[in-house]
Amino acid sequence: MAILEILKIPDARLKQCSEPVERFGDELHAFIAELEETRLAGPAAVGIAAPQVGCFQRIVILDCSQARRPVPNHGHLILINPEITHWDGFVLGREGCLSVPDYTGNVIRAEQIKLVAQDSQGETHEYEMTGYEARVLQHEVDHLDGLLFLDRVVSRRTDLFQRKVYQKGGKKNST
Amino acid sequence: MSDWKMVTLVGEDQPGIVAQTTDALYQNGLTLGETSMMRLGGNFSMMMMVSGEGDLNAALVPVARALNLRLHIDDIAGRLHQHLAPNVQIRVMGADQPGIVARVTGALAASGFNILELESDVAGTAQNPVYIMTIQGISEAAVETLQQAVDGLGEEGVDVSVSAIDTLFA
Repeated sequence: MAILEILKIPDARLKQCSEPVERFGDELHAFIAELEETRLAGPAAVGIAAPQVGCFQRIVILDCSQARRPVPNHGHLILINPEITHWDGFVLGREGCLSVPDYTGNVIRAEQIKLVAQDSQGETHEYEMTGYEARVLQHEVDHLDGLLFLDRVVSRRTDLFQRKVYQKGGKKNST
Repeated sequence: MSDWKMVTLVGEDQPGIVAQTTDALYQNGLTLGETSMMRLGGNFSMMMMVSGEGDLNAALVPVARALNLRLHIDDIAGRLHQHLAPNVQIRVMGADQPGIVARVTGALAASGFNILELESDVAGTAQNPVYIMTIQGISEAAVETLQQAVDGLGEEGVDVSVSAIDTLFA
């Protein structure tokens, strides 16, 4: 196994659209192992997409189980050919990226999504994701379509933080 | 001393301020670092990190004169790539009242909160002004602790809320 080189802006390859995976053999499994090793090698990334290491196939790894604040999540996921089938709500959140060093920005994402994806054996699964995990998935699928969060950054003055707010008395309420 | 200077330009807003200012810098061999530019109360205000071999005064004085802008230049101990990601946001919203910024930021400072960005605006109408402030910064104290620190600082009709910013890194 090897730690792969992360493509960084302004590398034009990050704008390339990735192709669907059609073969679910040893070659795919070996690549996934290297992609995971690369994800874990740097700063704690909750996700990584194959095109970030110059492999233009629709492969994503996601793991929100170790997020700094506990969030609803499906644990460690290998998602092949993920397709978002449903979007609901929107929320503003701050994002950074392995491919965009030293910059974070505010991006509007759907709050809840449904998706269909294959696992590393080619089996199809459906998922419903919410909040932080849904945001990570949308960030990664953007990579597969040649988009970075920079393509979606909104003004710092845009005040749409629809997050859980601690109201007076310490009770959690949605705003 | 770093290579960077902080340049401040302020004046009545008009089209072309940014284009003419930055072109003058470029034509004189000067480069921009981080900048913040915004319209405040009908004025356009620019703060720019500038470096380079060129003569800043020679570059900017003619532009400032032509556009009727106030120019101020400081040596700074600045560097690029020093970004910090905020982990807490505070929003203050409600009827405009004197001293609210001082009270909220005083309570935050006492809690060890470091402000990275503060933007405030007065919305509503002249008869019923509404004050809106957004602060983003870094706190080692928990969100609940900060919320307790700012609770009760606003009078009736002013809401101060504290929320976490969980920056996604992927």
